[in-house]
Amino acid sequence: MDIWTLMTIFVLACFVGYFVVWGVTPALHSPLMSVSNAISGIVIIGALTLAGAENMDESKIFALLAVFLAAVNIFGGFVVSQRMLMMFKKKTSATQKENK
Amino acid sequence: MFVSSSFMAFVYILTSVLFILSIRGLSSPKTARKANLLGIFAMFLVLAVTFFSPDMKDFVWPLIVLFLGAMLGSYMAIKVKMTALPQMVALFNGLGGLSAVFIALAEILHHQNTPIETSLGMIIGALAFSGSMIAFAKLQGLISPKALGFKYLHSLNLILAVALIGVCVAFCLNKNLSLFYILAALSLILGFLLVLPIGGADMPVIISVLNAYSGWAAVGIGFSLNNVLLIIVGAIVGASGAILSYIMVKAMNRSLWHVMSGGMNEKKEVSSQSVANHNQTAKVGSPEDAAFIMENSSKVIIVPGYGMAVAQAQHVLRTMAKDLAEKFGVEVKFAIHPVAGRMPGHMNVLLAEANVDSEDVFEMDAINHEFETADVAFVIGANDVTNPLAKTDASSPIFGMPVLEVGKAKTVFFVKRSLNSGYSGVDNPLFYADNTLMLYGDAKHVTEQIVAVLEQK
Repeated sequence: MDIWTLMTIFVLACFVGYFVVWGVTPALHSPLMSVSNAISGIVIIGALTLAGAENMDESKIFALLAVFLAAVNIFGGFVVSQRMLMMFKKKTSATQKENK
Repeated sequence: MFVSSSFMAFVYILTSVLFILSIRGLSSPKTARKANLLGIFAMFLVLAVTFFSPDMKDFVWPLIVLFLGAMLGSYMAIKVKMTALPQMVALFNGLGGLSAVFIALAEILHHQNTPIETSLGMIIGALAFSGSMIAFAKLQGLISPKALGFKYLHSLNLILAVALIGVCVAFCLNKNLSLFYILAALSLILGFLLVLPIGGADMPVIISVLNAYSGWAAVGIGFSLNNVLLIIVGAIVGASGAILSYIMVKAMNRSLWHVMSGGMNEKKEVSSQSVANHNQTAKVGSPEDAAFIMENSSKVIIVPGYGMAVAQAQHVLRTMAKDLAEKFGVEVKFAIHPVAGRMPGHMNVLLAEANVDSEDVFEMDAINHEFETADVAFVIGANDVTNPLAKTDASSPIFGMPVLEVGKAKTVFFVKRSLNSGYSGVDNPLFYADNTLMLYGDAKHVTEQIVAVLEQK
């Protein structure tokens, strides 16, 4: 794809990000950070295509390291987000029980 | 069996939409969990499809390494204490940055088609990595959280930045690999030096900035590899980090420039004068007094700060709130300043962990007008975020910072270890106000004593 098509996509994505993120409630800013941590691990798909090369050379080793780090990011980010969000859940259901 | 490139493009569109929806879902705690699962599903989908792309001639090694990373990441995420969340997020930001650096290196060794984009992705990634390592070390207490710096640090950073641009241009022109390594080294050093002079109180800002960097690094890699998905996701993460930085900077009434140059030191001498000005003494209360006053009031607002979390007092604090509400019919609310924790939204998570109902927790702007009608403001482990000097004393380093107006409540309790000033080194005149009672001691211990009194009745 030519650079200007990519540029267009980039600028539009910034706008989407801007509006979506302002809609996040301040109470969930910590999960927002860990979710964005996790999804920034999307670089893993770039790393994977380079790590999938046939020959084990320097390039492949660097790419494998990148896969490892991005995987830590993705799984760590999503798991800790889910942990946090479960805490926010727990107490609303707990109070519902108490009310009954 | 390989997937076609048009199928791949379709999956990319789907993934982008799902990621956007997963962040959109964070607009309310009710939708947030499902949204997160949506994000996880999208990530699995795109990973699975990538393994079937024609580029994957070997998938054994990538799969092994992916599995190891997944194990390590999940383990850390399950084990981490919620008080230590900021340093883990800092660490993850750094790993994301380092990952971008390695991809850039792999790409440069492989084709060198896009030197400018690859260099940019690598530089931002390296800055995010080394900066995050310093932030991590400060938050974890491995190095002093104070602003560290030396006389010519800013000039040195400027020289490094200029050198960085020079080497980058040189590399793009003649594509000499050793220049790329020099570029990486310069970026790493600059990242270290940029975060070193930033003090502990500014950590919420710097974590957000580094979060944005890890997003911009992904954008750079996306341009370098001609990958639309990386660009879209990177831009959203970058926007998220930038907005959070803005919110944090606003909440402290600082400019980003001021934070980055570690600017809190300059004004310290001025503020120590205002400490010497008063000769009043603070009135000391006992846990019994606090219990008696609170059980007879109709509305109590609790203001938790990071000191509460350090003392691990959140659970007993929740018990106190529950006893007051259920045994004595007191209306109890929690008031949270945007920088109450060590990262955006940190205090909300800590309270949620202690089972405080999120409907009882209010952001500063939503609750500030309610202090006038409150009988008690119970400030526990917080100081600077309640300091009225931020409104009145132009020489104070925290001047202009929006604060919680606890002084308007009929009675104010401060649970503190001593009269020591807060993180910013500023004295708080509220300690000496007529309607203030100090409850000295460990936050957890004091609250436990109050709960003991409440539960006798």
